Amino acid sequence: MELIADALTVVGRLRSVGAGLAPGHVTMICGPNGAGKSTLLSALAGLTVPDGGQVRLGENRLADISGRERAMAIGYLPQAGDVAWNVTVETLVRLGRLPHRTSDRVDAAATVAALTALDLVPLATREVGTLSGGERARALLARVLAGQPRWILADEPLAALDLAHQQALLAHLHRLAGQGVGVVVVVHDLALAMNHADHVVVLDRGSVAAAGAPHVALAEDVVARVWGVKASWVGDGRSQALAIG
Amino acid sequence: MSRAFLPSLVLGAALLLVFPLCLLAGQVWIDPFHATGPNALVILAQLRLPRAVLAVVVGAGLGASGAAMQGYLRNPLADPGLFGVAPLAALGAVLSLFFGFAAQPYLLPTMALAGAAGGMVLLAVIASGPRAGLAGGVALFTLTGMMLSSLAGALTSLAISVAPNPFALTEIVTWLMGALADRSWHDVAIAAPLTLAGLAVLWRAGPSLDALTLGELAARSLGLEPGRLRLLMVLGVGLVVGAGVSAAGIIGFVGLMVPHFVRPFTDRRPSSLLLPSALAGALLLLLADTVCRLLPLAGGELRLGIALSLLGAPFFLHLLLRLRRGLS
Repeated sequence: MELIADALTVVGRLRSVGAGLAPGHVTMICGPNGAGKSTLLSALAGLTVPDGGQVRLGENRLADISGRERAMAIGYLPQAGDVAWNVTVETLVRLGRLPHRTSDRVDAAATVAALTALDLVPLATREVGTLSGGERARALLARVLAGQPRWILADEPLAALDLAHQQALLAHLHRLAGQGVGVVVVVHDLALAMNHADHVVVLDRGSVAAAGAPHVALAEDVVARVWGVKASWVGDGRSQALAIG
Repeated sequence: MSRAFLPSLVLGAALLLVFPLCLLAGQVWIDPFHATGPNALVILAQLRLPRAVLAVVVGAGLGASGAAMQGYLRNPLADPGLFGVAPLAALGAVLSLFFGFAAQPYLLPTMALAGAAGGMVLLAVIASGPRAGLAGGVALFTLTGMMLSSLAGALTSLAISVAPNPFALTEIVTWLMGALADRSWHDVAIAAPLTLAGLAVLWRAGPSLDALTLGELAARSLGLEPGRLRLLMVLGVGLVVGAGVSAAGIIGFVGLMVPHFVRPFTDRRPSSLLLPSALAGALLLLLADTVCRLLPLAGGELRLGIALSLLGAPFFLHLLLRLRRGLS
């Protein structure tokens, strides 16, 4: 089921943004600060009501789907991951089951699966307040996974992670995509998008500046035009880095 | 699942144990093992039983609404008083005393409830703009509550300053201190059903409050509807606080303290706090009221509202200091 942004307009943020996102892929949204990345993501999640245009999930308009159904279909991870109460990791992850109203056993199984997927089983009984930034980011993502959504929209989930955990998380996102889940991630690191995305959408001042495969959407002329930085991609076919100047 | 109910079981058992003991304590101690005269029966059935039941009802309402408010505002310093419903209910009661209506047993609670209802309607109207986000909504809500509180406080002071006679003045001032002394089954008949209704409403808000643990945006992505939650909170807190004030006057700090006592023994989700906070609030008020009854004090007994404020203010300070240490 595709997630489609059709001429999305949010006054002051997005101008007629169109994007068709296919399930089973990892899509990364890039752009300079203030380009509208987070707004686009929250509109795709149905949390920002667009002033114009619409978001469609398959055949349905997202606005017509009930809040609970939408919550079960689309998992959303916001950028600021503050947790109000010092709950344990397991309790936190289990909050992702809230829209499902399934039995205790089903919830517990989904929670354990999410904890396992992100290597969090040894931390399950730890309180959130005692976690490192990276552990906390993983726990928050596990909360989204526990809901077993068909779409995962995450706002900069990699920013707080060290290199090893970034790679582990990316591998997991790709594994999910392999299972048919649609993954949409906002990232700042262009090299990361270049090397790990299936599809890239570049936003600039509220409009789509480029979209497509990473080497097309993040070509050197796009980087120069959107970010105003003269840079060139260096590296072999497996992994590339951005050399400035 | 059995572990989740453990705090409630323990608190419920403690309440069942303490309740009969509290009935026996007072200026006249009743010995349950010896033949008691008709006086003892009257004291039990007409004085102590309604008073104890009322303590349980009001305490449960304050405890649970405190837990719900802390969950709603995502703040451990929140308190059901923040909505400003209590001072408006008190204003209603004060007006009934001002006009000398208190002779009829139902008028004072009715006017207090009218005050609470007025506050709830104002809150709902002012703080629920279309498309108002939850975060903005909460700030607007709290500020509206503060405004209503100070307005009600000013009008109450006005009523006191122009009181028609010294009797009304004394009645108003005494009533405002909050107490459960000399309450009857009439008060129970009004406060109990309304409190139960309010508790049921707050119970329904539980899952939404849990979702709010993750912040507003994540909570909405989990299906939370801010408008519905706002309505549940106004209705639940309004019913519980309105019923409590109409029966006992303003009793502060219970809603603030109780969730803190209970939280470490639960998984800290707001919804798992609701039931144990209700039970702990009931227990706290029952014990505090019994202690008030027993303390020898010239010219009557220590007022429950004063006692709890004396207990609560240092506790609040302690909390603040602990939070400050946590932040630095």
